[in-house]
Amino acid sequence: MTGSAVSVSLIAVIGLLVLMTIRGMGHFWPSDILYTTYQDPHGTSSIIVGEQVDSEEVTAARVRDSGYQTAPGQIYLRRDLIKVGNREAFGQDFLWVWAERMGPVTYPKELLVLERREWGNFYGTLVAVKENGRLVASGDAAWEEVQHRIERAHSLFATIHTIEKDEIGSINYAIDRLRLKERRLVLEGQLTPEAMAALKADRTSYDAKYAVVQKRLSELYADIRRDSITMRMSTGQEQEIPLSKVVRAYRPNTMGFGEKIAFYCSKFWEFVADEPRESNTEGGIFPAIFGTVMMVIVMSILVMPFGVVAAVYLREYAKQGVVTRLVRIAVNNLAGVPSVVYGVFGLGFFVYFLGVRIDQLFFAEALPAPTFGTPGLLWSSIVLALLTLPVVIVATEEGLTRIPRSIREGSLALGATQAETLWRVVLPMAAPGIMTGLILSVARAAGEVAPLMMVGVVKLAPSLPLDSNFPFLHLDRKFMHMGFHIYDVGFQSPNVEAARPLVYATALLLVVVVVVLNLAAIYFRNRLRERYRGAE
Amino acid sequence: MINVQEHTMTASLHHRNPGMASLIPQSSKRDIGQASICLEVQNLNLYYGAKQALRGVNLRIARNLVTAFIGPSGCGKSTLLRCFNRMNDLVDGVRIDGRIVLNGSDINARGVDVAALRRRVGMVFQKPNPFPKSVYENVAYGLRLQGINNRRTLDEVVERSLRGAALWDEVKDRLNDSAMGLSGGQQQRLVIARAIAIEPEVLLLDEPASALDPISTLKIEELIYELKENYTILIVTHNMQQAARVSDYTAFMYLGEMVEYGDTNTLFTNPGKKQTEDYVTGRYG
Repeated sequence: MTGSAVSVSLIAVIGLLVLMTIRGMGHFWPSDILYTTYQDPHGTSSIIVGEQVDSEEVTAARVRDSGYQTAPGQIYLRRDLIKVGNREAFGQDFLWVWAERMGPVTYPKELLVLERREWGNFYGTLVAVKENGRLVASGDAAWEEVQHRIERAHSLFATIHTIEKDEIGSINYAIDRLRLKERRLVLEGQLTPEAMAALKADRTSYDAKYAVVQKRLSELYADIRRDSITMRMSTGQEQEIPLSKVVRAYRPNTMGFGEKIAFYCSKFWEFVADEPRESNTEGGIFPAIFGTVMMVIVMSILVMPFGVVAAVYLREYAKQGVVTRLVRIAVNNLAGVPSVVYGVFGLGFFVYFLGVRIDQLFFAEALPAPTFGTPGLLWSSIVLALLTLPVVIVATEEGLTRIPRSIREGSLALGATQAETLWRVVLPMAAPGIMTGLILSVARAAGEVAPLMMVGVVKLAPSLPLDSNFPFLHLDRKFMHMGFHIYDVGFQSPNVEAARPLVYATALLLVVVVVVLNLAAIYFRNRLRERYRGAE
Repeated sequence: MINVQEHTMTASLHHRNPGMASLIPQSSKRDIGQASICLEVQNLNLYYGAKQALRGVNLRIARNLVTAFIGPSGCGKSTLLRCFNRMNDLVDGVRIDGRIVLNGSDINARGVDVAALRRRVGMVFQKPNPFPKSVYENVAYGLRLQGINNRRTLDEVVERSLRGAALWDEVKDRLNDSAMGLSGGQQQRLVIARAIAIEPEVLLLDEPASALDPISTLKIEELIYELKENYTILIVTHNMQQAARVSDYTAFMYLGEMVEYGDTNTLFTNPGKKQTEDYVTGRYG
């Protein structure tokens, strides 16, 4: 009985992981590009170039209902989902085709895939490479030429990105602070001519810096726009694509297994370490991973002291009676409140009440733009800390109960007060129990999405909550979260077919992040246990 | 019951003349004679809720000697011992009346700092209870509580205490190892070292050897013999041979009452009460 229960749950978990791995991780593999002719039900024939993504069997009866004529006696029909890309020309990336209407499938070597910064993938053949509109290479030589010109475009792009993000970002941040400073002086009625002059001087210096950076930037932009390539689509049309818009160019039909693995790794790394593109359907999910981890860490820092102090009071100081019983019952019931309710509470109390008051008191210069009076990392962490507080309290209480009376008496007999005993002997010994509480709360918090949608998570955050601008940790910022990212990509995306594998991949990564956070906590707990082994 | 009466009378005699107590010649052999008094218990009653655990106990403990408490389980000897450092305060619903005087001051008086009292009256428990810290930190614990963190002082006291507890030679190379790795006998001596590190006036030992093997027990007994040079020692034991071996005075308790108290030799060889005789000869208990 118990054995089969265990194996059923084990199979369920493994099955889930395998499903997510297959559906999600396959997405990064460079599959071969097929080339075939296709005659659609209306009789027009065309050439299809793209990669096969999915394939399914449909019953003929269902097909007939939708008005498609099938041969008599046929029960099943196969249809394939082909990613044909070239969205700007075809209007959509994906195409369902009937297998029986396809001509022979070939995999020509010269087919090229361009992964672009916008408009999705481009499938076609390379015609020519141009520099400032002048032909540089065509035919076979063009491919060689393209590869190193893409390298160059990439390094330029990286430079531009760094400048825009870091240098211009921090100049803007500083200018904004100057604006707030001026506003504060106005509010306090202390905007003296000297202060105004100082502000003006500061602003001039920042403007000068900005002009310098801007000049360098426009040079770089001119540089990156130098090269372009001409591509031919399956329809025979030719299109010119600037290399600055190309993330990757590769010919999967010529790649060996090793090359494909290397490509796979680079794609996967992009997924983990890069920012999202194209409304989250391309690129990476690094800001979401970062936001999730950041929020869990801030939550842990908040929940630990509160939970431990509450548990210590309940267990060590409070007189055990009706009141403590009631408090315990209340705490345990708190753990059963649906998390969305916490979200509503957080929005109503923390954001609209507390946050607005904080803004009025401390950030008046920024009004009417709210600082803390709007959802953000701090409020999310606090709401999750509230949500997981019962777990920490219960686990800490359990840890405290497990410490033998004799140890406490030993300390008291040496002239320690109750507080000293608690601080020097009891709490260190209860640390493994406390860590267990933390592990459980991290596991719960990292997977929670519903309350966060109300108190701080957004689909695309412009900047990370941690950066190089003072005060470095920006608790007022909104952030991205993997759980919400899954929901957003899966259900709010304009491009469902393209997003589906990312849903699985993100889900898998979320599981990995939760497991890693847990393992870290478990590691610390085991080290603590090792230290206090034999004392219980 | 009636026998106790006599004892109470002797005690109340001293009560009337506390300052003269040690000077009054004793007609009865069942007290500590002219030895200097360290602790004095006057008409002590203790209740756990409605249940009375100690009934009218009167007792004078001699300085720098070993006093043993014997008696069957549940007779209140451990409870009495725990009165001396007010460990019973930790138990809910305990009520005490009567006086306990330690070197001239009532330990239950209002305004007595319990932590300070416990620094004066050290205690070793039945089961070794070292802290899950290193050997060194266990011994230094009491000093650190008093805010002494000077490394040299600590080193000195740790070595002296461990030597005092006859443990130094066994642990000097593993002072920084966890105390939980020591054997039961070593742990118990470590706990004794921890207690004497803060130089208490009185040392309470609550069945210190009951969880140990015979060799460790022997070591603890030898240790008690050495320690009495500097400390007044009160020991609760189930083992009558042990009481006979280590103590100078012995008190026999039964059902919360002090049945007989006197010098160990007399009590064991020529008990004054029938109950005592039955117990020490092993006829009941």
